[in-house]
Amino acid sequence: MLTRLKTRFSNWLFRPRIEHGTVTLTQRRIFIIPTKQGFTLCFVLVLMLLGDINYNLSLGYVLTFLLTMMAVMSMLHAFRNLAHLEVSAGRADAVFSGETAQFLLHFRNRSKLPRYQLCLRESSGDGIPTREQLSGEIRTGKIIGHIAAFRLWRRRNSDRRVVCFDVPAQQDSVVAFPLPATKRGWLETGRLTLYTEFPLGLFYSWSYLHFDTRCLVYPKPLSDAPLPLGDSPDGTGKRNITGDDDFAGLRTYVAGDALPRISWKAYARERGLQVKQFSTPVGEELWLDISNAPDRTEEEKLSRMTRWVLDAEAQGLRYGLRLPDSELPPNNGIAQRDECLRRIALFNLPQQMQP
Amino acid sequence: MNKALTYGLLLSILMVIAPHAEHLPLWVSSLCLGLLLWRTYLTYSSNPLPKRWLLMLITFAGTGGIAVNFHTLFGREVGVTLLMLLATLKLMELRKPRDAMVLIYLSCFIIITNFFYSQSIPTALYMLATLMVIVTAWVHLQAPNIALKPRLRIAAVLLMQALPLTLILFILFPRVQGPLWGMPQDAYASSGLDDKMSPGSLSRLSLSEAVAFRVSYEGKPPLRNQMYWRGPVLWEFDGRTWTLGRTALTSPPKFTELGQEIDYVVTLEPHNKIWLFALDVPNKLSVPVTLTYDFQVLRKEPVTARLRYTARSNLSYRANLQEATRQLQRGLQLPKLYNPRAQKLAAEWRANSANDAAIVRTALSYFNQQGFQYTLEPPLLGVHSVDDFMFGSKQGFCEHYASAFVFLMRAANVPARVVTGYQGGEFNDVGNYYIVRQSDAHAWAEVWLEGQGWVRVDPTGAIAPERVQLGLSASVLSNAALPFMARNPPQWMRDLRLNWDTLANQWNQWVLGYDTERQFAFLTRLGMESITWQKIALNMLAGLGLVIALFALFMLRHLITHQPDKVQAAWLKLCRKLAKYGLPRAAHEGALDYAERIAAARPELADVFFDLAVRYSALRYGANQDEQARHEFLQRAAALKV
Repeated sequence: MLTRLKTRFSNWLFRPRIEHGTVTLTQRRIFIIPTKQGFTLCFVLVLMLLGDINYNLSLGYVLTFLLTMMAVMSMLHAFRNLAHLEVSAGRADAVFSGETAQFLLHFRNRSKLPRYQLCLRESSGDGIPTREQLSGEIRTGKIIGHIAAFRLWRRRNSDRRVVCFDVPAQQDSVVAFPLPATKRGWLETGRLTLYTEFPLGLFYSWSYLHFDTRCLVYPKPLSDAPLPLGDSPDGTGKRNITGDDDFAGLRTYVAGDALPRISWKAYARERGLQVKQFSTPVGEELWLDISNAPDRTEEEKLSRMTRWVLDAEAQGLRYGLRLPDSELPPNNGIAQRDECLRRIALFNLPQQMQP
Repeated sequence: MNKALTYGLLLSILMVIAPHAEHLPLWVSSLCLGLLLWRTYLTYSSNPLPKRWLLMLITFAGTGGIAVNFHTLFGREVGVTLLMLLATLKLMELRKPRDAMVLIYLSCFIIITNFFYSQSIPTALYMLATLMVIVTAWVHLQAPNIALKPRLRIAAVLLMQALPLTLILFILFPRVQGPLWGMPQDAYASSGLDDKMSPGSLSRLSLSEAVAFRVSYEGKPPLRNQMYWRGPVLWEFDGRTWTLGRTALTSPPKFTELGQEIDYVVTLEPHNKIWLFALDVPNKLSVPVTLTYDFQVLRKEPVTARLRYTARSNLSYRANLQEATRQLQRGLQLPKLYNPRAQKLAAEWRANSANDAAIVRTALSYFNQQGFQYTLEPPLLGVHSVDDFMFGSKQGFCEHYASAFVFLMRAANVPARVVTGYQGGEFNDVGNYYIVRQSDAHAWAEVWLEGQGWVRVDPTGAIAPERVQLGLSASVLSNAALPFMARNPPQWMRDLRLNWDTLANQWNQWVLGYDTERQFAFLTRLGMESITWQKIALNMLAGLGLVIALFALFMLRHLITHQPDKVQAAWLKLCRKLAKYGLPRAAHEGALDYAERIAAARPELADVFFDLAVRYSALRYGANQDEQARHEFLQRAAALKV
């Protein structure tokens, strides 16, 4: 009953919902509570006040009141540090499983007030878990259980990723929030907490950001998986693997490109990461079929396929993809590669295919 | 911990410790300074912090040293000293942000301890400067990569905003009269008159420029030779030292023929003694006191805080015309073994004089004519201190004259006693009040004469009348021993000093002396009626709320810069209108696309709406921002009926 009420209350207060577009942090969206340090200062101030009364120190009163009022004003400053920021979600480039996805967030500060020390962290699983939620981890008495729950919560909180940044006056800042990509498919940002304790660390002012951005996570490519060349549909079974005699030009590096293909000369000339492209003789087509993967589990098969796609693209082959539920005719180029990887990543997942 | 932050914290600690340097034991000051320098060097050279065992060693050695130095580990002085040492040592193990936070709180606390010693205006200004440094470091701790300038600005803004709020709190915060618990013995410094007098005790006091109290008279001030502020009255003499003595008699004094009434306000600096000062003879005081049989004004508790009281005195009076015999007996006691020559002289006077008053006159003319000198640096006296002085050195300060005179009177069988207190004072024409300093401390005598009661006799006046008329600096032969300002400083310095004292007096009255009584008086003057705690607290919260709300308004107002312009607002209103009829504009839809869709769905609106859409696009995205066109669009948009 109480839990239900609590949930309803926090739903009313925090209005969790997924948003898109630009979010302006209005008064309604910013919350504020004192920090542990704030309470400590409160205690120190009470001590000081007692001293003032006892020793009748008028200047002591002045100092105590000054500190108290600075603390109170720091609450307004902490609130203001977030107020009327405009936040919008940017893109999140696809990554391979095991890498870290970078969700880009755009912060726009239209005001003349520089915003210092804003921090972002994941907020899913906020709040101290109940003992019941941790029953698997803790099997002790009630009080001990609560303390352990608190400790665990603190530990989880402390090793969460926190990204801190400033947004100068009348400027935009782009912040990449890293999330570890652990399994293929769509990785949601989840609810993020944007918070600040600036300027005195006495108040924690925060706002929830829950954007509908997601990041595509490809399976982790197997490290050693030779291309299934014997199964090329033309039946020759032979192909010039090197096949990269004809240099065709440079293109921009895309995550996943083979390192030997990077043009280091171009990089040295500060033209960014460029990849050498080679033309391949037409007609050499390669079908990457999941049924050709020798692995036992589906995930391993998909990992192997990912490697195949990368290698095939790197070697400039024309390749097609064959999955039980879809087929992609042979082609090559970045678009082909991405579409293949996408299908592999989302294969057999309950999620929808739309981006 | 970044270097700049460490320097900031070092500076904070240095600033809070510096004012304590003079009253800390020298070795503690040096140790603290050494540790600060060491820490600065370590930060500068990026060397690692000292090992834990070494710090522990210093901590224990330091604490031990303090315990030996003070013979205790309790009390205010020791507490403050320990706090200094611990703060500097904490600096040596500054590793995590939490350590820095502890240091910041600690330095705020140390500022308060400084107020035990001084609460003057410079101290207050110094406090603000220190607070500024501390808050700057504090902000830096929260945002490690913020530059110095914005850091200072934010700290200054916080401080400035807190000032008016502090003023409200200071005026309205309900004051509780301390102390809440028992004080350590050394809680209050005491300076000023003592309850005993021996040769040299007053001349030592005369070197102090400290203010004893300030007086402002209602109406015309009395003559200087009437400004005798009575302190302890000393009855018993052991040959060297005069003391209060004991008596069972506590009958109140009887004053007759009272005249020359005068009202005045005294602001007494705390001296940690129970007596208050009033002109002879006090008639009534605004604070609860008792008037003793020898006309001292005593309070129940020692004066540990600055005390302000109004008083009324009668400058002409007859005191105790009928004195109890036992009291007169006390006024005649003296150690017979000492000072035989003085006793012999007194006996001669007794034999040659008709009455007691004649003996007094004889004594005064003796002092006047026998080449006595008034000096701050009298030679040392032997066992027979009065004889040595009377017939040997003939040089003395007021305590020598008062002591010798009373001794002679008693030896001549005239009841007499020593009165200590203050005489005169410096007039401050800026603030229109008198400053009575420790250097105005004085001792005189009182004799009891038949038909006249207790009469004040000032033997010093017989030798150096200027002392009574003009003050100390005009009267001593060699004033080299006096502090510079007590001699004859140039006029502009005098003026500066008087102006400063006026300011200090206001400060004392209104800031340092702001207690329950003052608070109520002040609030009544502001127009608050029937004051209660609840009312004050309510007013305080309301005032704070109001000012904070104003600040909030001011701080947040300029953040909201972007508001849709009128054209856009009108367009959005149109879209909302249509949305009600089931034709919402899609987020991606441009104005013209939307108009086309509307035209298809509602042909009767087609022309008007299309016109509006075209106008809107032109106004919003076109280069032409004609006021006329704007106006037309707004009118048409408002006129559209769906």
